Amino acid sequence: MLLYNSIVFSQECNHNFSGNILDFHNGESITGATVFIKNLNKYTTSDVNGEFIIDSLCKGELIIEISHIGCETKTVTISLTENTFIKINLEHHLEELNEVIVSTNSKTEKTSIEQSVSKLVIESYSDKSLGDALNNLSGVSSLNTGNTIVKPMIHGLHSSRLLIINNNVRLFDQEWGDEHAPNIDINSGGRISVIKGANTLMYGSDAIGGLILIKPENYAVKDSLFGNTSLSLNTNGWGGNINTELVKTFKSGFFAKAQASYKVFGDFETPNYYLSNTGIKNLNISTRLGYKTFEKGFEANYSFVDNTIGILSASHIGNTNDLVNIINSEEPPARNDFTYKIDNPKQSISHHLAKIEAFKRFKDLGKFSLQYDFQINRRKEFDLRRGDNKDVPVIDLRLFTTSFQPNLKIDSFENLKLNLGILLRYQQNDAISGTGVSPIIPDFEKYDAGVYFIGNYKLSADAEINAGLRYDFSRIEATKRYRVTDWNETYNYDEIFPEFETEEIENSRILTQPEFTFNNISASLGFKKRLNNDLELLLNYGLASRTPNPSELFSDGLHHSAARIEIGRLTINKEVANKFVASFERNNEIFGFTISPYYKYIGDFIQLIPVGSTTTIRGAYPVWEYDQVNAQIFGIDIDANVKIDDHFYYNGNIGLLRGDNLTDDIPLIHMPSTNFSNALIYKNKKLNQLSIGIKQKTVLQQNRYPDYDFHTFNPTLQEDVYVDISSTPESYTLFDFNSSANFKIFKKGDLKLMFTIENLFNTSYREHLNRLRYFADEVGRNYNLKIKINY
Amino acid sequence: MSNFKLKTMKTIKLLAILFISSLTLLSCSSDDDNNDNHDHEEELITTVIYTLINNADATDTVLLTFTDIDGEGGADGVYDVQGSFTANAMYTGALTLWNATENPAENITLEVEEEGDEHEFFYTNTAGLTITKVDTDNNGNPIGIATSIATGDAGNGTLTVILKHEPTKPNDGTSSGAGGSTDVEVTYLITVQ
Repeated sequence: MLLYNSIVFSQECNHNFSGNILDFHNGESITGATVFIKNLNKYTTSDVNGEFIIDSLCKGELIIEISHIGCETKTVTISLTENTFIKINLEHHLEELNEVIVSTNSKTEKTSIEQSVSKLVIESYSDKSLGDALNNLSGVSSLNTGNTIVKPMIHGLHSSRLLIINNNVRLFDQEWGDEHAPNIDINSGGRISVIKGANTLMYGSDAIGGLILIKPENYAVKDSLFGNTSLSLNTNGWGGNINTELVKTFKSGFFAKAQASYKVFGDFETPNYYLSNTGIKNLNISTRLGYKTFEKGFEANYSFVDNTIGILSASHIGNTNDLVNIINSEEPPARNDFTYKIDNPKQSISHHLAKIEAFKRFKDLGKFSLQYDFQINRRKEFDLRRGDNKDVPVIDLRLFTTSFQPNLKIDSFENLKLNLGILLRYQQNDAISGTGVSPIIPDFEKYDAGVYFIGNYKLSADAEINAGLRYDFSRIEATKRYRVTDWNETYNYDEIFPEFETEEIENSRILTQPEFTFNNISASLGFKKRLNNDLELLLNYGLASRTPNPSELFSDGLHHSAARIEIGRLTINKEVANKFVASFERNNEIFGFTISPYYKYIGDFIQLIPVGSTTTIRGAYPVWEYDQVNAQIFGIDIDANVKIDDHFYYNGNIGLLRGDNLTDDIPLIHMPSTNFSNALIYKNKKLNQLSIGIKQKTVLQQNRYPDYDFHTFNPTLQEDVYVDISSTPESYTLFDFNSSANFKIFKKGDLKLMFTIENLFNTSYREHLNRLRYFADEVGRNYNLKIKINY
Repeated sequence: MSNFKLKTMKTIKLLAILFISSLTLLSCSSDDDNNDNHDHEEELITTVIYTLINNADATDTVLLTFTDIDGEGGADGVYDVQGSFTANAMYTGALTLWNATENPAENITLEVEEEGDEHEFFYTNTAGLTITKVDTDNNGNPIGIATSIATGDAGNGTLTVILKHEPTKPNDGTSSGAGGSTDVEVTYLITVQ
């Protein structure tokens, strides 16, 4: 194109080219923008009215580049035949286009209280799970089942109370279950944020615990092809993962990305023994394809996750006496030699997620976007069974979710930004027949419709206020067979819900069609004040409502993988939370901190608690029931960072939390205990960006726990034995060593080496928030080597 | 113009992706055989029957039954003890497990016998009985479906039958020492006279 620079027409050189440079959002003139005619090497700048003029130009083609600090540089080509005037709109909001450049504020909303995990940190967890990576943030812990099923927990709340948004799609993967970890490949995201505050209305009304946002990377608009491949090897579990991704970007705004990872581990090992049947196999694939300029764009995504996870064989129990035996024994009885083979009990889950999204910006209005997505989750859980049923899952559920979300962001006002949108969602759960077990979650269909309105107003240069309101309608229609005796006598549903009954009774089971409709109002209020250069105060209030999930409503019977009878109730109502979160932050490399106290009051908090045991053919069997209480959770999260000198850095955090069951005046079950961590890091940028660190993490014993212990009759001993399911494991301290260095290996690529030792002193410990804590210790020391090549 | 072409190409690719996704969707649906989850409990053991016959007198029988027709949860199970043991006698015992929700009732004992190396019955009592397992699995370890019982002096007590799935075999002869998970644990009140 540059070759077309035609001097052929250069006889008449008396034309002028003028223009007016305006802000795309509000039409205001932009002063001091640089106007550069590339092919003539001529400069000028726009005046106070945003206007400019360049005269004595010859006829011909002009390639003009207009740039301004904080704006996207724009290039226009015109053919000059006469005096020409054009209007040029520049974009101020570069962070939407390329977050990498504007790194000072990448928050979801400016008033939101959130913490982020960068790509760099994610890399060091490439063979672990989302929950493991987030566990390092203050106020975030995890509910584990063994060491491979890790559910993130914010302020003691998890599962249905915590929304996980992957690439702007809310993840639906039977997340109600304690042992159902989110089906997300940590390697596919670019940045992970945890929102503890209230700015979550855009994604749902029920983020009582908070929100986890997994955002993809943004790419620079230029012609480029790049990628990376990483390999991770571990001695504990003798496994690791391989991850590779390739990105192609075009100057036109098109981009494409493909990523795949495969992970395999065999049996993990405690300091003293192997944890039999704890291996994992995991395959992930994700692709992105899109076109993005400032004014318009679209994107299509598809990702697939396939997990096969072994469950500790010792955790398979038949009755309460088996549980007592294992609680009283120091070590799990069923132990085998190391193997990669995954036997029953195990979980096998596949998750498909596809999304298309398109947006267009309108002058003097804002950005309008449309998103359509669907997900298919197939969960199979295999248990130890007899005969022909050995390879038949005890749980086989398929959940299909599809949603449509139009959204309009209005940013044309001076100090006011508005965000409004609609959500339409349809969900269908299919309890696939052939399991030979009556399904724990029945077939259901669910319809959701929501509308939200969020406004952000800049009070002054230092203060902002944010307010939002959301309304949600949801309806669930289920089909479930109940035992007639349970329906009529145990639950008394024949009197409470006669309208759900049908005529059909078979095998002493009645076919019922429970239907529920919920209307939820949720709201948020946020305030941010900058106190001086690096000090900020943030205040958030949120009102959130959560409709009961299918397990809370419909569970009635044996949950095989949990080895307990779980009983939900159709009478369970929605829970409503009022949340207050404040944050006082100093953003400074030399000495920075975040002090964030919070208080949550949750009315009709739904909890699953042990209530004793029932007599079955297997003997006494543990029974857990859902009930509702009023609860409060409050605490404080503190993070600090100090730059000691040019090479030494310190990071530390502490989380204090207290949860109360106000109805019964006892502590809440399964609340994280006080924990704190300290890390000392040596960095030398000149020496291959060498980084060496040591980290200590201490988790104190949880002394505030509700006592749900009970007695069970042991027929062999002919006496009642005490079932201590409530008391908590002792405090523990772990040390990790980590190091990394970068090497330039060829012209356009580099090699990163990371060497880590986890649980440096091979400490034996058990964690209160691990559901398998009764059965075995946590994993011992692990040496990990990661090699990553960027190209 | 070239930009437009490129766009068309990308649109085609996008459509291709959508097509592939919908294929995935369809392939996932293929095993959706019907919409009604009609599963009944195939694996359920509803009934435990321990039949004991006096070796010297075939009319002297003890029948110990436990029935929990609706399985775990629901109504509690029911014990039924017919007859009493004769003191200082020898009995032959046979244990059977049934799933009575099937029609005809399914004999689960056959499955247990087939997988004898993965199962074992354990017997304990407080009534002075000596119970010996007389059958063996493929590895020569006891299963305990067939038993031989010697009674002692007259008295009352309990008899407990435990079936372990995947116990350690061979083991120390106690259910707690054998580990595994409990499939059956029933305790009968018995009389020796």
